[in-house]
Amino acid sequence: MIARLWVFLSLIASPAPGADGPVDFDRDIRPIFEARCVSCHGPEGRKGGLLLTSRRDALLPTDSGEPAIVPGDPKGSELVYRLESEDELDRMPPDGARLGASEVDRIRDWIARGAPWPGGGDEGLGHWAYEPPARPTLPEVDDPSWCRNAIDRFVLARLERAGLHPSPEADRETLIRRLSLDLTGLPPTPGEVDAFLGDARPGAYDRLVDRLLASPRYGERWATPWLDLARFADSNGFQRDGFRDVWPYRDWVIRAINEDRPFDEFTVDQVAGDLRPGATIDQRVATGFNRGNTVNVEAGVDQEENRINGVVDRVNTVATVWLGSTIACAQCHNHKYDPITQREYYRFFSYFNNSPVETMFRTEGDTAAIDFTGPTLELPLPPDLSARREELAEVRRRRAEEMESLADRLLADRRSWEEEVCADPDRMAGLPGPIRAILAIPESDRTEAQRTKIEEHLLSGHPEMEEARGALRELEARLEELEPPRSLVMVELEEPRPTFVMKRGNFLDPGPRVLPGVPEVLHPMPEGAPPDRLGLARWLVDPGNPLIGRVTVNRWWLAFFGRGLVTTPEDFGTQGAPPSHPGLLDWLAVEFVERGWSTKRVHRLIVSSSTYRQSSRITPELLERDPENALYARGARFRLDAETIRDNALAASGLLSEEMGGPPSYPPQPRDIWRVTGVVDNTYETSPGPDRYRRGVYTIWRRSAPYPSFVAFDATDRSQCLVQRSRTNTPLQALTLLNDPAYVEIARALAARVIADRPEDDLGGRLDHAFRLCLARTPTPAEREALAEVYHRQRGRYADDPASASRLVGLGSGDGEGVDVVEWAAWFGVANVLLNLDEMITRG
Amino acid sequence: MDPIAADWLGMTRRELFRRSGVGLGAIALSELLGRDRPARAGGPLSPRPTHHPARARHVIFLHMVGAPSHLDLFEPKPTLIEYDGEPCPDSLLEGQRFAFLRGHPKLLGTRFRFDRHGESGIELSELLPNLGAVADDLAIIKTLKTEEFNHGPAQLFLQTGFGRFGRPSLGAWVSYGLGTEGEDLPSFVVMLTGKLAGAGSSLWGSGFLPTMHQGVEFRDGGDPVLFLSNPPGMERGDRRAILDGIRDLNEQQLGVVGDPEIATRISQYEMAFRMQSSVPELVDLSSEPEHVHRLYGSTPGRASFANHCLMARRLVERGVRFVQIYNADWDHHGNLFHALPRKAREIDQASAALVLDLKRRGLLDETLVVWSGEFGRTPMLQGEGGEKAGRDHHKDAFCAWMAGGGVRGGTTFGRTDDLGYHAVEDPMHVNDFHATILHLLGLDHARLTYSYQGRDFRLTDVGGNVASKLLA
Repeated sequence: MIARLWVFLSLIASPAPGADGPVDFDRDIRPIFEARCVSCHGPEGRKGGLLLTSRRDALLPTDSGEPAIVPGDPKGSELVYRLESEDELDRMPPDGARLGASEVDRIRDWIARGAPWPGGGDEGLGHWAYEPPARPTLPEVDDPSWCRNAIDRFVLARLERAGLHPSPEADRETLIRRLSLDLTGLPPTPGEVDAFLGDARPGAYDRLVDRLLASPRYGERWATPWLDLARFADSNGFQRDGFRDVWPYRDWVIRAINEDRPFDEFTVDQVAGDLRPGATIDQRVATGFNRGNTVNVEAGVDQEENRINGVVDRVNTVATVWLGSTIACAQCHNHKYDPITQREYYRFFSYFNNSPVETMFRTEGDTAAIDFTGPTLELPLPPDLSARREELAEVRRRRAEEMESLADRLLADRRSWEEEVCADPDRMAGLPGPIRAILAIPESDRTEAQRTKIEEHLLSGHPEMEEARGALRELEARLEELEPPRSLVMVELEEPRPTFVMKRGNFLDPGPRVLPGVPEVLHPMPEGAPPDRLGLARWLVDPGNPLIGRVTVNRWWLAFFGRGLVTTPEDFGTQGAPPSHPGLLDWLAVEFVERGWSTKRVHRLIVSSSTYRQSSRITPELLERDPENALYARGARFRLDAETIRDNALAASGLLSEEMGGPPSYPPQPRDIWRVTGVVDNTYETSPGPDRYRRGVYTIWRRSAPYPSFVAFDATDRSQCLVQRSRTNTPLQALTLLNDPAYVEIARALAARVIADRPEDDLGGRLDHAFRLCLARTPTPAEREALAEVYHRQRGRYADDPASASRLVGLGSGDGEGVDVVEWAAWFGVANVLLNLDEMITRG
Repeated sequence: MDPIAADWLGMTRRELFRRSGVGLGAIALSELLGRDRPARAGGPLSPRPTHHPARARHVIFLHMVGAPSHLDLFEPKPTLIEYDGEPCPDSLLEGQRFAFLRGHPKLLGTRFRFDRHGESGIELSELLPNLGAVADDLAIIKTLKTEEFNHGPAQLFLQTGFGRFGRPSLGAWVSYGLGTEGEDLPSFVVMLTGKLAGAGSSLWGSGFLPTMHQGVEFRDGGDPVLFLSNPPGMERGDRRAILDGIRDLNEQQLGVVGDPEIATRISQYEMAFRMQSSVPELVDLSSEPEHVHRLYGSTPGRASFANHCLMARRLVERGVRFVQIYNADWDHHGNLFHALPRKAREIDQASAALVLDLKRRGLLDETLVVWSGEFGRTPMLQGEGGEKAGRDHHKDAFCAWMAGGGVRGGTTFGRTDDLGYHAVEDPMHVNDFHATILHLLGLDHARLTYSYQGRDFRLTDVGGNVASKLLA
């Protein structure tokens, strides 16, 4: 784009080249570059790493490691050498006529004068996102009474400028459902709705917000988008896709969010918790963030390539999450659009280049079998479990001793047994062949293995021995259950690896060596900062970082409004979208960073605003004027995330388990979803009991085949960092909610619950209850009528066919025992309707 | 709103007015029908104009997972046979990385006979007699070239143009670029024989494209599309009644909140209902006559590559844009001379039948059939030789074939050296392969872009040349 613009400008602006007088870039130099160079050395080609479209780019080191232009030094400038070279291979341009002597002279002259480049073409350097945000003054508005806090001032000022008016506040039922889903990912119970509706005292809304922010469910809900960023999964990805233990990291995220761990500390823990002085277990577990990368352990991989891929993934992820930067673009060449050089990329890379390899050949030199390794941390068990474990270990030790003496006792009779048996042909004939064969060998000639076989024969048949062995096995199984959990963590090698620029991103083609450092366009690394991940982590949370606050609050805004203030939340660079409300973004960013990095504080601020509390009704006028709701003249209305859709349904049906943390859970899924190549266990065993009803954040995440209903609702496979999921609307989603056995189970439970909760109610009362469980509001008469129609139709139909009714409600939670199956089946129909409503899977 | 769109929504104009309480003039049609690409009338998957006139309208891509040996199927190399058992020339080892080969391996000539077929005289291994019969429809690419030499990354490279996760697959790009013609079916359908390929479902993922473009797996056991069938005890009439209830309530809600997304949801539920009858009909191969089953070697109700090929034809007939079939177990590091014939038998008849059947039905002109592995195999022996002989991974030259869809049949493309190791004429990078496929579909690979992370991403990254010699 920039290049094209220049072509255009030069066409209209430059007079004929070759005029006398001092060299003029626009007149004398630019036309040469445009005509002869940029087809290869423009943003698309960038041959040899040289880009001749801005001064900054033109002066950067090329793939050779040296710049092509050294201002003031034409002799030392590769460009001049190339233009004049007689060497076929070196000479530029490679095709067509050579540049005329006068043209080369002009270029030489221009370089000698310092290579001035009017305008510079360095747009990136003045880019808004690289300037530190300052707290803007609040804009004046015509109707200050609407404004509850600063957010509203910015939003209203913009609306007034556009001649739009905010929507009225949503009703209380909508508000409590919206708040509950946004803050905890779960719906309000009818009791909670009643309490809120009945709270006539001032501050009811704020009290509700406080309650929800304090709920442990809050951390579970907000962990999900963070785990998308951390590309957290329970398997390695790629071929074999074996399992890894890193769920303690997931639990740490939930805990940290619930405790409102200040975001700067939250950051340092994850980027460099292991390097903190006196690092705690938690801080080390937090570094699991950077172990989230996929790892290929298929036979025959190149270990070094694998390792480099892991480091690249860490670099790109950290830059995306904390800087909103597409630094990844500079892996192979200088960034085309943002002022980040390839050299700077590898300086950043070197911070992450010092961790151990994550794969190991099972046998040195044999590439046929490779294992996923890398540092893991064994976590301490809670004291009670730890004590229990020691106790069991002691019992096990005693039992083992007892068994030994039992064995000694039984074997003491061996010789007499042998003599008896050998003397009795009938008993002899009853023995297994191999044993008979050994007995035929004189004792002194028997091998060790043969002796063991005889002993084993004697022991294994003995009832006392069998019992002792069984008991021991059981003990061992119990001990295994008490194995301390492990989690993947980062550790730093004592001897840092040297880092080299990789030419064109190829690790086999190293260029000049680089030392750790950060891109120049951003805030400087403080003097004396350690050149390691800890230094980098502290630099990320330096108040001078112009990006961290903006990028972070923008992601939250996106979560609350379905749209970011910057609509490219993964890219705050020059190619990203400009903010729709720059003042608001900066105000929030400054507020967040200056007031102690509290996530909950900013969330409270957002949900307390009048902007947030508006009705989400879309009037024809708004649909025409602002279809995307970019100006926030109404509340946001958007579909829930995959996990929330399931959690919400589980909660409404009463099935939801509130058990927190621990190893992943295995909710029901169809057979044969897992069938990965290689030596991996593909059995999927659905969790028994309430574990299958745990929240989605705990669901096993296998990268090659993630949980199907989550896939249908746009969840990521977590193979790489993802800032924003798609939000699609497809027939497969309909099929999932209608027929996925997991949702069928939920519908059965909801139906049973409605009947059980309201044994005395008439149809209307039960319908209202079911409706409120799902949607937190009372149905309108027309809605009640529509549901009643479904009920009556299904009731009539199953009354004639109770066998089908039993099949429909047959399996399931075990609740609803003793309920009339026809009644249950009819309610199943109603539940199936409710669970599939657009409103059910939407926060409005 | 025109009547077709109203019908698509499953609502009458009057009804929509009444329900939404909104003047329809105020609701942009595109808004009602989908948000991701407001320019498309009729929804985000409805057909879109091409960049240039298309030669092919559908693609059937047969991916042989594990990488078949091009040297035993498509590349007769007398020199290699002549030097069988000799140490390989040093030049084959220079600058190369291997997955398994170490030291100085020997050369391994094929044991299979090669025959010339058809008027074109294309040479094929004796393991592919049926493909020989359609040789004049095939364009054999001899010089395909990838950048990855491990399975997972190379599979990703072949399908997404990038060796790591995160990019949209070829099928997703095509769905995004062209939409689909199928009324009640996804635009991109995937079928697997055997185990999942190493890179998993990312191979048909949508990357950063909207997820509606990802491939939908048609499965062999249980529901052909996940969650297609109603729970036990629920008949189609019950389902309809429940859907009517859902629709009634959704329409009421649309009237209150006026969100066009609800209208889309209503139509998606109707499409789901139609799929409940159209898909079982589609996957029921017993409706095919016996001679068709004999042609493919298919058996109704069985999970096989032959069934998948026949299904691919049925999908294309119903307007599905992109069909992909993965066939596992081509990774012959050892036991090559016994395992390869078995695998070849499994695919030879059915893939030839697919070409023939499409041709007889007049569909081959508009359907591009593609057959490829993720890389090729070394002319060097892996292992001890003899009966256990095998070949290692090789990325610099391997074979694929295309048929139909504007491809010139009865041709070969490119030439490799005497050992089938490097291209000496017309190398074809995977980027070029993709550019050519897109070109046949009427898409310019350089213009099929999606803006993400500040970049206009392409399937072909910064490469890609259309192989014009392949075009009819």
